[in-house]
Amino acid sequence: MNTKIFRARHAMGRTVRGPTLVAKDGFSARYDLDRIKGIFCRPSHKLAGQSYVGKILVLDTAKGGVATAWMLHEMKSRGIVPLALVFNSVNPILAQGAALGDVSMLAGFDEDITAAVPNGAEVEVNPEMGVLTVVD
Amino acid sequence: MKLDDEEKDILAGKAGFVPQQALQHQIKVGEFFGAENMVPVTQAHLMADTESLGEAGVRWLEGLAATVDGQRRVRIPTITDPRGTDFANADLLGQTSAMLDLEKRAISAFEKLGVAMTNTCINYQTIQAPTRNEHVAFGDTGVVIYSNSICGARSNFEGGPSALAAGLTGRTPRYGFHLPEMRRATMRVHVEFTPTSLNGWGALGGVIGRIAGNYWAVPVIEGIEGAPKSDQLKHFGASMASFGSIALFHLAGLTPEAGKLTDVAAHGLPSLRVTRADVDELQRSYHTDDQVDVVVFSAPQLSLFELGDLAGLCDGRRFAVPLLAVTSPQVKPDADRMGYTARIEAAGGKVLSGMCFYQSYAREISEARGWKRLATNSAKLVNILGGYGYRPMLASMESCVDAAVSGKLART
Repeated sequence: MNTKIFRARHAMGRTVRGPTLVAKDGFSARYDLDRIKGIFCRPSHKLAGQSYVGKILVLDTAKGGVATAWMLHEMKSRGIVPLALVFNSVNPILAQGAALGDVSMLAGFDEDITAAVPNGAEVEVNPEMGVLTVVD
Repeated sequence: MKLDDEEKDILAGKAGFVPQQALQHQIKVGEFFGAENMVPVTQAHLMADTESLGEAGVRWLEGLAATVDGQRRVRIPTITDPRGTDFANADLLGQTSAMLDLEKRAISAFEKLGVAMTNTCINYQTIQAPTRNEHVAFGDTGVVIYSNSICGARSNFEGGPSALAAGLTGRTPRYGFHLPEMRRATMRVHVEFTPTSLNGWGALGGVIGRIAGNYWAVPVIEGIEGAPKSDQLKHFGASMASFGSIALFHLAGLTPEAGKLTDVAAHGLPSLRVTRADVDELQRSYHTDDQVDVVVFSAPQLSLFELGDLAGLCDGRRFAVPLLAVTSPQVKPDADRMGYTARIEAAGGKVLSGMCFYQSYAREISEARGWKRLATNSAKLVNILGGYGYRPMLASMESCVDAAVSGKLART
């Protein structure tokens, strides 16, 4: 089994394991998601039409407004939520939302994480160690 | 994080469950960003529309509000961003009784927590603008970027849970734009075109927001001619924050921290130019149809001056499609007294207050009213509404009013 490990400077939450959904694009729960259907719905988003439910989202950066701070909590309550968030950089809103919604998160890598991690790969997110491990 | 004695007591639960859990939340966020300690804040501004909260968020608030009185109230002035409706005009928006019931429950919970229901995203124009170096905990990105950049105050984007936590503890984690070194420019932007219209300022902000691209970027902007007005900078900042998640910019020679370029910019920063063609191209990219289903002025809420300008454009007109103008509960009574509301509504428009269009179940409004092709002079609004199933179009206030009369948006 091949493994590849990436270290994050910022981490929060519990260890989770699942498939990735990767794009070099931004993220805002209000701007980009149909939170009822559990898909990216903003037509110009690179993941438009794809389901984020149960996926480890690997994206570039946080975009837009403050609503994500509540929306992750609301999405978690219905089980229509990403399994974890892995970003090159995040803004305070994503961190605040992940804290309230109890969604695991990593951010701040030495390389572009959206280029380093394949789409659909099985990965483990371990916030306590601050690492993302690709298990393929 | 280093905690002082009062914070240790709060964390130990000596002030009760509500401030205890608030501080726990703040420590989680603060440690994520490497904050060394907390910083006292003087005001909190709280975004909590019920579309964002959902049933889960409202129940969470009700849980806090059910705590015994004396252990649940905010410690500093804590005010609210727009609600998810204007109760007096909910039928016009096609909102359901379930949406309104959820709003009422949220309002009741906030009032028990001691939150003042100001319901505005232009508190820096209507309630109390922060002063230079004043540490605050503001939500709504447009409020934060204006307060940081134009007022010289110090705030991060504080989402609803964190702004409420700041209200309950009177402090916030000291990271990001509370730190002087994080407020220095990371890039120079030379603007070759100074807009005059609000949509032009919004489009310029959108262009710079896209270029800057992430929360930690701080553009210092050169080349602005004259002294921009508050409403122009309101649209400029709100759009920059929306397109780029930007929380702070400087205008060389104009804003408080950038009396001179060198006050905020080191040598060798990356430097970019923005031309009139860039601004025009952003606006053209949103002109995707000639027919209009609805005209909306919102995001940010309109000032008294904007409503006065709009009233002047409405005189003697008769609208063929709905026109909505959204303002704050503080401005609305003045607009009524000045006769602006009556003049807008005589033409067939409607002045709403205490809400903002995109925070009011925009997708459900579209489905209930059949509104898809939406014209506005707000660059922030066009950036947001694409994800809600709209075909949003950006134009001047004058062109939008013309579109409300004819049902067609003229190409410029």
